Amino acid sequence: MARSIKKGPYVQAKLEGKVESMNEGKAKKTVMKTWSRRSTITPDFVGHTFAVHNGNKFIPVYVTEFMVGHKLGEFAPTRNFKGHSSKKIA
Amino acid sequence: MARISGIDLPKNKRGEIGLTYIFGIGRSTAQYILGKAGIDFSKKVNEWNDEELSQIRNIITNEFKVEGQLRSEVQMSIKRLLDIACYRGLRHRKGLPVRGQRTRTNSRTRKGKRKTVAGKKKAPKK
Repeated sequence: MARSIKKGPYVQAKLEGKVESMNEGKAKKTVMKTWSRRSTITPDFVGHTFAVHNGNKFIPVYVTEFMVGHKLGEFAPTRNFKGHSSKKIA
Repeated sequence: MARISGIDLPKNKRGEIGLTYIFGIGRSTAQYILGKAGIDFSKKVNEWNDEELSQIRNIITNEFKVEGQLRSEVQMSIKRLLDIACYRGLRHRKGLPVRGQRTRTNSRTRKGKRKTVAGKKKAPKK
């Protein structure tokens, strides 16, 4: 079920603060490591790069304007399935 | 013959049903259109006169996205998902179900015909 509109989009408070301070020029622009896959991408995030944890390592995600409204986790796949092995011993 | 947004409507069906032959119009939209045009739902398509027909056409062109336009919109939104490489986009790329359905069994609509893997043993009979 979708989240109630009343509450607004969920963004981890720490992450939001970091992005804000970067946008205001207080902090240097860096890649932000984050475990918060459940955070929604807000318009403020555009142009930043996030290193989103996928349970194993951090996947760099460069946020474009089309990604607004999606969650960070959607861009860091947690499963790595390349298909079954094609050669089978008869 | 009634031709609306590039589609020939079946002439022997009730208007409410006939309109659903247009891509993007289902039962409830068809009912809304006929209600707004003040035409009885059960009036057959070939019983509509020119005035009623143009009224229906007007409502559809002004308020709804149908046929080619709608199809291209759907394509565009899928393309957007593919381009941003989000989870849903990846599923579209692989031709697997997008909305979290199981893939261990079923989901044949997305995956297509079964590809039999050689050497896979059948379950032993009891």
